[in-house]
Amino acid sequence: MPAKQIGNVTIDVDGDGFMTNPLQWTKDVAAALAREEGLAELTAAHWKVIEYLQKELKENGAVPTVRKINKSGIISTKELYEIFPGGPAKKAARIAGLAKPVGCV
Amino acid sequence: MADKIKKVSIIISKGSLDGVYPGLIMANGARMEGIEANLFFTFFGLDTIISKRMSRIKIATVGNPGMHMASLLGVLPGMSAMATSMMLKTMDKLDIPPVPEFVEMIADAGGKFYACKASVDMFKLKKENLCPQVDSIITVGDFYEIAAGGHIIFT
Repeated sequence: MPAKQIGNVTIDVDGDGFMTNPLQWTKDVAAALAREEGLAELTAAHWKVIEYLQKELKENGAVPTVRKINKSGIISTKELYEIFPGGPAKKAARIAGLAKPVGCV
Repeated sequence: MADKIKKVSIIISKGSLDGVYPGLIMANGARMEGIEANLFFTFFGLDTIISKRMSRIKIATVGNPGMHMASLLGVLPGMSAMATSMMLKTMDKLDIPPVPEFVEMIADAGGKFYACKASVDMFKLKKENLCPQVDSIITVGDFYEIAAGGHIIFT
């Protein structure tokens, strides 16, 4: 399994760059992964999504779909695409330290 | 690795549930990957974006071998509605939304909706009969211009 150096910490990632050990996730790691995804800064809106994804995974065992995120009232689909340009579900999951989302929607 | 796909233009030409969903799922999936997505609705595929019809897209229970059902049963009143409702329930659990919500979701995701002019004229429709997510009614020529530089998928 490839490891990745972020600042002075090492994280384990899969072939697509998604973290495989959630215990290694910190807010600094998230910020570094976000920069890799082209997001210079994580705003309050980003953090709300990240925390929601982590909470959903913990409670339901699955990363929520875009539809579910929209229905949660956390953020609209439109805004979600705006703040995570070029692929919201994958980018948000990767920054949140979660596995690559499975499923077609 | 091969170059990433940057743009897809998907033509939806059929008005049955199984004619409509694959194209919508492909378009939504494209947007989720950051791929530009255009949808072009032609012939009975137009039902997907006709305000009064979009929530009534049904699965065919007659002449549809995929249903694995005797055609004689398929003609019974309410059979198509029942099969449709069962299928929509299953899809809802997988977070595949009903057509009107799906259209809205794809539009919010930045997908663009176009209606085929020949079909709109043939069915004597107007822009106001179409759902608000429809960008415009365009000719085949316009479609090719919009689709230029990307991939075209016909469903």
